[in-house]
Amino acid sequence: MNDILQGLARAAKLVVTLNADLVEITLLSLQVSLGAAVIGSAIGLPLGAWLAINRFPARRMVIALLNALMGLPPVVVGLFVYVLFSRSGPLGVLGLLFTPTAMVIAQVIIITPIIASVAHQAIRELWADYHDLLISLETTHSQRIATLLWDGRRALMTASLAGFGRGIGEVGAIMIVGGNIDHATRVLTTAIALETGKGEFDMALALGFVLIGLAIAVNLTLHMLSRTERGSRW
Amino acid sequence: MTFKTLLAAALSAVFAVAAQAQDMKMSVTTSFANSGLADVLLPEIKKDTGINVQLLIVGTGQALKLGAQGDVDAVLVHAKAAELAWLAEGNGTHRREIMYNDFIFVGPSDDPAGVAKADRATDALSAIAEAKAPFVSRGDNSGTHKMELRLWDAAGIAPQGDWYRAVGQGMGAALNTASGMNAYLMSDRASWLKFANKGDLKLVYEGDPILFNQYAYMPVNPTKHPHAKNDLANTLEAWLVSDRAKELIDGYTLNGEKLFTFNATVD
Repeated sequence: MNDILQGLARAAKLVVTLNADLVEITLLSLQVSLGAAVIGSAIGLPLGAWLAINRFPARRMVIALLNALMGLPPVVVGLFVYVLFSRSGPLGVLGLLFTPTAMVIAQVIIITPIIASVAHQAIRELWADYHDLLISLETTHSQRIATLLWDGRRALMTASLAGFGRGIGEVGAIMIVGGNIDHATRVLTTAIALETGKGEFDMALALGFVLIGLAIAVNLTLHMLSRTERGSRW
Repeated sequence: MTFKTLLAAALSAVFAVAAQAQDMKMSVTTSFANSGLADVLLPEIKKDTGINVQLLIVGTGQALKLGAQGDVDAVLVHAKAAELAWLAEGNGTHRREIMYNDFIFVGPSDDPAGVAKADRATDALSAIAEAKAPFVSRGDNSGTHKMELRLWDAAGIAPQGDWYRAVGQGMGAALNTASGMNAYLMSDRASWLKFANKGDLKLVYEGDPILFNQYAYMPVNPTKHPHAKNDLANTLEAWLVSDRAKELIDGYTLNGEKLFTFNATVD
């Protein structure tokens, strides 16, 4: 209990004094996980919509696979990306290992199935309502997808935020591909793991509180920008 | 090849993370970083040589693996047998001893197995095994883990049973586990002194010469990995064996205790 109070006090102190190291790792956390959420959404949202409106033989199989991939263990994804980008691996020449770019790639792999699965579910229900209308208007496939994505945008924001949430709290993959290098690839979650290893529980908890605060701030900002949950709007 | 070049250009344009010329990567053991010595040495290295050393803090097993894969430019570890095997595979150019510290045994303050009375480190392990007192092992193929296994072997004991808990994690996590279970464990002195969650644990045994812990520096072989920054690795080595390094390493204390002893030979 004492550790928790000390952690809260330390978190408050770090935030109020705008501790330079804290600002640096917080910004990198944001850069990596927001980047991954944007790229993951660009892939996952259209994929989810496409799966909702198309009928093909292996559809059930693909959807089941996508749902299963939501449970991908980050450590395995991290190891996979590490082996791919290691100097001895197939993409080693790019020199991307232990950079924020590699961390974004790993997180895109982790969160895209989540974004696509949630998007698919939301769009499927919308498609049931829009089916007759869009068919009778003789819309093309891409027009249908665009319409559904736009009209379902609020539910889809939840899909993207779920992906962001998984990314910002993830430590297993980015620890391996980022390496937790001070002033280069250290983010909030890997710093928390490091402080825990040192037995500095109050500092680890302080960073944890900052992480939770950051996640809340990002979600609130997006909701405000997209004007959801306001007054009589649904 | 064109695809790869394009991809690289596109990705680095997006994130602008092009590495600077003077950055080099070194994989080091957790004890080097957790002891706080890295925080003292790195700024001085940067000031004197202009090299920004980026540390990958991992166990010795993983540190050597990163070097063998060419993902770092040099390694600083402590497991002589594994280091020599690593060199024999052509992964590095040579091995340079830099400094040493020692391993200690930590355990519950009431010392139920009576480890403090042991004459030798192997006797201490025998006492723990006989009492079946909880013992936390790193179990992660690190330098500390290899040393622990060598000691069990020397004591003629194959540790197994409920009391022997291999956590498969770094020094810090192992110390946290031991603190939570009030168990015995072997740690390097530096990590123990710096550790902030001691709980009921205290130092119960130290001083056997067998517990000597040598740190060695090895640059990654540029013939095997042409991109490895061998010139920077050599500059760093020259600094690590310099009088300036000797002064800083020997002068680093924590709670009044000296943590590392410089013992590089200058040729």
